[in-house]
Amino acid sequence: MGDLFVTPFIAGLLLALLLPLVGNLLRLRDEWLATLGLAHLAAAGALLGMAAHLPSFLGAWAGALTGAGAKRAGGGRSNSAYGLMILAGWALTLLVAANTALGDALAHALIDGQLYFAGWRELVIDVIVLLLALPALRWLTPRLIAARLFPERERANRLPAWRWHLGFDLLAASAIAAGTATLGLMASFALIFVPPWLAFRLAPDWRRAQWLAGGFGVAGYGLAFALALIFDQPFGPVLAAVFVALFGFSGLGRRPVSAEF
Amino acid sequence: MLRLVDAVAGYAQPVSPAATFSVARGEVVGLAGPNGIGKSTLLKAVLGAARLCAGRIERAPETRIGYLPQQPVRLPEVPLCGRELLAALGADRLAPPARLAERLALRIDRLSGGEYQLLMLWATLAGEGDLILLDEPTNSLDRAHIQTACDEIAAARGQRATLVVSHDRGFLEAVSTRIVDLGATHG
Repeated sequence: MGDLFVTPFIAGLLLALLLPLVGNLLRLRDEWLATLGLAHLAAAGALLGMAAHLPSFLGAWAGALTGAGAKRAGGGRSNSAYGLMILAGWALTLLVAANTALGDALAHALIDGQLYFAGWRELVIDVIVLLLALPALRWLTPRLIAARLFPERERANRLPAWRWHLGFDLLAASAIAAGTATLGLMASFALIFVPPWLAFRLAPDWRRAQWLAGGFGVAGYGLAFALALIFDQPFGPVLAAVFVALFGFSGLGRRPVSAEF
Repeated sequence: MLRLVDAVAGYAQPVSPAATFSVARGEVVGLAGPNGIGKSTLLKAVLGAARLCAGRIERAPETRIGYLPQQPVRLPEVPLCGRELLAALGADRLAPPARLAERLALRIDRLSGGEYQLLMLWATLAGEGDLILLDEPTNSLDRAHIQTACDEIAAARGQRATLVVSHDRGFLEAVSTRIVDLGATHG
């Protein structure tokens, strides 16, 4: 691998580890569709930011935070709200692309996956996000598990639950923004969606679900990076195809969605 | 630890009759009454999940509540074992009953209905609550599980105040130190 690709590879590798871990908690909260909504808004924000000569991560972060704020203001979870986020992000991305000097090229880069353009700035941001996210996930996980399985516990005990619900929304928005700015929209979604899905089917407990999701993320990313480089293909679609193939080969797609009792 | 004075609970409209009783530390109070009279609604009013339409509900300051709902949340697919669930709730300091202990390494979505109910009951009893509210804790439990539930509620009694709602009068008589009949207080 030439020096040109080392920085993008490492930047993406960090996110290939982090995004599936965040995805496990999003799946626990039944919020995986929110991921796609936030990623679309992050892409739109990144493009708007670049049009204003700002770093792509700042725009992506602002876009994802706007989505997370709208979600909370709307009273929490709603697939309809997430659907609106997807439509709003998609429309805004393409309209900004069509009406600024950035043109289609950057919009396609964000949507298709522009990993090879990631540089030191993206790497530094990804390192910071990872270093903040790992201890935060450790603190948040038991609280979010308790909230999911005993939802009345927080209200009954007047717990300051907003801290961990808002904290996780911010963490997810930051991770998705970093992913969108580094890997592109659908590659980020693939990393946050498929490895947790596999881990939820296969892992015997939460600890090993974390290892499995992170492992699938890193392995799939490494394979996609190599395939895209060898066959000179765009990274984002190759990564998504690798994860779809991984899911198919696992044979899990043939199993019923509901759990076995 | 908990006192209700002429408390009427409901949502848009009142559901339960006025109820006056108290629950002290060391007591297990059974709340009996015919179906639909509002036993569960009264319990939810203590939590703040239903409306207090009239009367008063007083909780001792700093009281922490453990609550087992009538139908505990059951996720169709989640890679979480019983031991991890107890740890997340701070309910892993006490030794669980033997028949539950042997199932704690399994994913909670692979447990039978009775095993899952027993796990959720234990998670409530062994958690950090000083006031335990149990709504139909014998749902899905077979006879052996019910006996385990009775034993564990009795074992946890000393440090807690416990309020149990059940349609099963025999269970209430076995587990309670006192029974309040909501039907008898009606009218």
